[in-house]
Amino acid sequence: MALTGVEASTADRCSFSSETLQGRLVVAFSGAWTIGFVGTVSQEIRNLKSDGITSAVFDLADISGLDTAGAWVIVRTISELSAEGIDVELQKASETSKILLNTVTKNHVECPPAAPPDNFLVEVLHHLGVETYEFCKAGRDLLNFLGYATIVLGRTIIQPRRIRVVALVSQMEQSGLNALPIVGLISFLVGVVLAYQGADQLAKFGAQIYTVNLVAVGVLREMGILLTAIIVAGRSGSAYTAQIGTMKVNEEIDAMETIGLDPMDVLVMPRLIGLVLVMPLLTFYADMMGLLGGAIMSYVSLDISFAQFGTQLKAAIGVNSFWVGIIKAPVFAFIIALVGCYEGLRVSRSAESVGKQTTRAVVEAIFLVILLDALFSVLFSIIGI
Amino acid sequence: MTLKDEQPTVIDVSRLRSKFGTQVVHDQLDFSVRRGEVMGIVGGSGSGKSVLLRTIIGLNRPSSGRIEVFGKDTSTLSNDETRALQARWGVLFQDGALFSSLTVAQNIEAPIKEHTRLTKSLRQELIEIKISMVGLPPDAANKYPSELSGGMRKRAGLARALALDAEIVFLDEPTAGLDPIGASKFDDLIRELQATLGLTVVMVTHDLDSLYAICDRVSVLLDKRVKVGTIAELIREPDPWIDEYFKGPRGRAAEAAKTRPAAAGTLPPTDESTGTDTTTSPNRSVR
Repeated sequence: MALTGVEASTADRCSFSSETLQGRLVVAFSGAWTIGFVGTVSQEIRNLKSDGITSAVFDLADISGLDTAGAWVIVRTISELSAEGIDVELQKASETSKILLNTVTKNHVECPPAAPPDNFLVEVLHHLGVETYEFCKAGRDLLNFLGYATIVLGRTIIQPRRIRVVALVSQMEQSGLNALPIVGLISFLVGVVLAYQGADQLAKFGAQIYTVNLVAVGVLREMGILLTAIIVAGRSGSAYTAQIGTMKVNEEIDAMETIGLDPMDVLVMPRLIGLVLVMPLLTFYADMMGLLGGAIMSYVSLDISFAQFGTQLKAAIGVNSFWVGIIKAPVFAFIIALVGCYEGLRVSRSAESVGKQTTRAVVEAIFLVILLDALFSVLFSIIGI
Repeated sequence: MTLKDEQPTVIDVSRLRSKFGTQVVHDQLDFSVRRGEVMGIVGGSGSGKSVLLRTIIGLNRPSSGRIEVFGKDTSTLSNDETRALQARWGVLFQDGALFSSLTVAQNIEAPIKEHTRLTKSLRQELIEIKISMVGLPPDAANKYPSELSGGMRKRAGLARALALDAEIVFLDEPTAGLDPIGASKFDDLIRELQATLGLTVVMVTHDLDSLYAICDRVSVLLDKRVKVGTIAELIREPDPWIDEYFKGPRGRAAEAAKTRPAAAGTLPPTDESTGTDTTTSPNRSVR
């Protein structure tokens, strides 16, 4: 075998020429018959067959390179000619070319075509049905988990020694203390926005002072708690799913169970109880930051001093408005932690599903929080708070 | 062996130094692979086998040293040259690293689509050949990686690595995670493809059976350098780690399996000539 350098074949194209001698087709191949170049000749070579040919000779003496793609184009041509009753003889093929041609001939199998897509309408209906079923099933399973978690929570309250204090405190730090900067900043900015927009509109009626009422009711009743819940769902709910899901992928949860540790006690309860404890505190903090933002904006754009703001605040709302916001906090916290842990435990043993469940956890938690918020509004209006 | 000794060097690593933070993995490492050989890379856990492989294919940047593939320094290539070089090698990662959102056929199609301009039907025909060559059943073509067993995923990964008829194939622990039957079949497959396509194979492995079955030469990573040789040559090395590696109970079992006639009979015919005469190993751009 002659050796060239380690450079690839220098030919930058492949070609063939054909001539017919007394019913005998002679095709001379030259150049590099490799995957980069055969595309140019693969159609052309199919037009070789013509009438009056009884046999053919393929001369491979001048090819400077051959790979499976080139070999396949040659093999395909040979088999197409054979199908027409034309015998093909290979000439001057090197040993390696022969091996390659044989391998390719041997390995040509038809793979079944990919299933054609269904009718679009059928597809949509099918998808709708599947999703509805999945949605209902997810709802049922979540309800199931809610019941289970409630039982475990009850058991934990009866036997407080089951509480993992270190894990609980650590979770409270992560989802409570560490969330202070972002919760504070966003609430402050929302207070600013509310005050600014309110001032703009109310000034038209000469009722600027009612900006304070707007800010107070908006922040205390709805914005404070809702923003906190959404931030916590995005920040901590997703973290719960990712943490527990990763442990699931690593079989840590299975290991726990074999040692006799209940993942509900070790993983779920510290997160659930921790979040229920810190969420009201976070909400209170968010309320205060929102009011501060409103107060500063009122001072800047409406010249309402802080003292005036305070007086108006006291006159505008009762303590009920404050409690209406705070009372929702533990409920939302329970839901967020529940969904986060539930989706984490549902992770299957692939890294891909961690991402999928995390997305689901956040979407479901925010959906449920807003749904519950609407229900609370209805409830409060019925009982007249 | 004589013929392979004359083969030109396709990968040449010299004075390589890699480090992560303050931890030096390779220091003054020299390593070379000749065309058409199967080179095994072995070493203890954490000795930098995979790092060496990843450095050669450009996934890790070395701290210093020179890496030449096909005679070109990989650090000085332009983007186009790098792409051209990538079309000439294929990599099989540990678990196949198939794109999970694509079917097996689409996985194999990905490099073909990216690097060449072929018609859809020709691409499909080439995919079918590749699927058959790596021993996958035809109906695997439209399956997603998650529907395949570990062994099939590796075969599909190999088909993707070979999609462009790569000249060098890098394998990262090709038999890890396979049962012994699957592992030995995979060894056979690599040997067979190596012989028919004239591949140069660089494989990181822990599998002593693979080493005995298919590797022409073995590089042992020791003290941040490599010691290269055939297994017979390496066994004569006075190093205690090499001694324990090849002469430990597993090493002896693998050697016994290799020399037992029954086991040899299961290997493809091309394999019987290995070790003494590999003239049948073809090379596609060499005529």
